[in-house]
Amino acid sequence: MGTPIDTSAIGGCKPEAAICTRGVTRDFQAGQQTITVLHGIDLDIRAGELTFLVGESGSGKTTLISIMCGILWPTLGEVKVFGTDIYELGDTELVEFRLQNIGFIFQQYNLIPSIDAANNAAVPLIAQGMDRLEAREKAVAMLKKLNIADQADKLPRQLSGGQQQRVAIARALVHEPRLVVCDEPTAALDASSGRRVMDLLRDVAVAEDRACIIVTHDNRIFDLADRILVLEDGRITHDGTDVPEGH
Amino acid sequence: MLWIAIRMLTGDAQKFYGLVFGIAFSTLLITQQLTIFVNLIERGASGVYNVSSADVWVMDPVSRTSDVAYALPSTALDKVRSVPGVEWAVPHIRAQASVRTKDGDLEGVAVIGVDDATLIGLPKRMLEGSSDVLSRPDSVIIDDVGTTRMFPGQSPIGERLELNDQRAVIRGIADAIPSFTSTVVLYTKYSQALNYVPGTRNRLSFVLVGAEDPMQAKALSERIERETGLKARTRDEFAQDGIDFIIENTGIPLNFGITVALGFIVGVAIVGLTFSLFIRDNIKQFGALKAIGVTNRKIRRMVAVQAGLVGLVGYGLGVIGTVFFIWGFSSNPTFKGFYIPWQIPLVSLVAVFLILALTGWLALRNVLKTEPASVFR
Ligand SMILES: Nc1ncnc2c1ncn2[C@@H]1O[C@H](COP(=O)(O)OP(=O)(O)OP(=O)(O)O)[C@@H](O)[C@H]1O
Ligand SMILES: [Mg+2]
Repeated sequence: MGTPIDTSAIGGCKPEAAICTRGVTRDFQAGQQTITVLHGIDLDIRAGELTFLVGESGSGKTTLISIMCGILWPTLGEVKVFGTDIYELGDTELVEFRLQNIGFIFQQYNLIPSIDAANNAAVPLIAQGMDRLEAREKAVAMLKKLNIADQADKLPRQLSGGQQQRVAIARALVHEPRLVVCDEPTAALDASSGRRVMDLLRDVAVAEDRACIIVTHDNRIFDLADRILVLEDGRITHDGTDVPEGH
Repeated sequence: MLWIAIRMLTGDAQKFYGLVFGIAFSTLLITQQLTIFVNLIERGASGVYNVSSADVWVMDPVSRTSDVAYALPSTALDKVRSVPGVEWAVPHIRAQASVRTKDGDLEGVAVIGVDDATLIGLPKRMLEGSSDVLSRPDSVIIDDVGTTRMFPGQSPIGERLELNDQRAVIRGIADAIPSFTSTVVLYTKYSQALNYVPGTRNRLSFVLVGAEDPMQAKALSERIERETGLKARTRDEFAQDGIDFIIENTGIPLNFGITVALGFIVGVAIVGLTFSLFIRDNIKQFGALKAIGVTNRKIRRMVAVQAGLVGLVGYGLGVIGTVFFIWGFSSNPTFKGFYIPWQIPLVSLVAVFLILALTGWLALRNVLKTEPASVFR
């Protein structure tokens, strides 16, 4: 009843934020010890920007983006993705939300070994219920953009590491998700392939209503970022358009 | 997604064949052993099945089966004949005897004396000769299992036997269901059988009865019991008595039960192990699917389809294997007339379902528990 409340404004989240985290903390249990990996992260990721997340190994980058894309529950805090408080969703709703809105490119590709590259790339579409052949066609088109359409019929084990990664990238982008999250997408690629992947990500994943967040060590591509965040020991210590000294 | 599930499974040929083999092996073992078991215990009723024209069997109250019978006084025949509803009643003798063959071998045989006039008590079909041969002196008809046992690879027609020191000539072969022990059976006329079987005073084993209304056999048997004080059983009851006797008096149900249980357990072991390995090898892929947006319900369906495929192929192979087994041995007298009752494939289907449900559930637990984030670390 009455006027709908603009819940996106609650807790200081701006309605236009693609991702908004407030007080996100994550603990891990290591034996008797509790390690706090993230200490109350407050972040707003804007749509239409290519955001880089950098930081030393173990600083909590993977943990943070896992939480932001709905596959790892924060110990404390709230996460909104395009206005949806994702950890308030029911289990099935959250899975469905990921399927419709989020693409992942992780350090581990986890391709299905017994189906070819095109079908692997088509998995999100198939999961959405698209006809398999139609899904495959779209996947091949995506592989073409990534310059490996000629590998579409090959099984993952017949591909090099870099090619497998591009298949994983195609899988992350094929359903044109509004949020793309990448963990070290260029680590396994040579400089020119790396830049091509970044160009593609910018093409596909960055738009007025889309956001892309990339974890990287790769200083060869820092110049492509619209915004660079630095994570140190679970805290954001830098937020700007370039990288501070020492990174 | 289901297509992907099937490709995941068949793409790992080694495990796929392992799973199919496990199921096929279990199905084969369970189906084949249950088939042999059922057919074997049904042999306990072969004496009854071989005389299909008798609606009611009348016997001494202590008699239990067609082979475990206490003799009746010959007056029993007339008493039974006088019961209303009895269309005909004939004497039937079943006794043990020893035979000395031409080569000097000794063989225990069953002598069955059938009614002189009507020949009721003979199996319906003859493989060689006709039932008329019994009118010739000293004639006996041997059953086909007896032929393969006593005269392997040769014709028994015209063979002379020494049957309890009496002369007997084989003049025909009957097509009979073998007994539980596959004993050689010699059919002869009732009057002749009295000569062959050394005499106690009473030698009549059964009175076979045809009912005026075969549909009322049960009522007739009760009336016979009331009016004669003898025990009367319908054909179906008496067949069941023979089967029950074997179940109660042999270790067969236990033995077969153990084998069937082993089939089940081995199935669970092979399939369970292979299934768990398969799921463990694919846990990262399942985790990735979960992260991308495949619900646990769909994952369950995927694994169910995988189990279903394995079950279908394995079960099919197992049943076909059993059919081939039974078919391959059908010429062996031990397996004569063996058939697969429809309930048995159903039982093994249920067993296969249980194996897969159990092992699938065990293997799946890990997948469902897998935190999507964990597969990307
Ligand atoms: N599931 C877990 N259980 C226990 N500890 C964990 C778990 N996940 C992460 N950690 C710990 O959290 C810290 C941050 O890990 P995370 O993977 O987020 O770092 P990262 O910045 O991505 O490092 P890298 O650059 O090496 O990938 C590490 O110390 C790690 O050991
Ligand atoms: Mg990491």
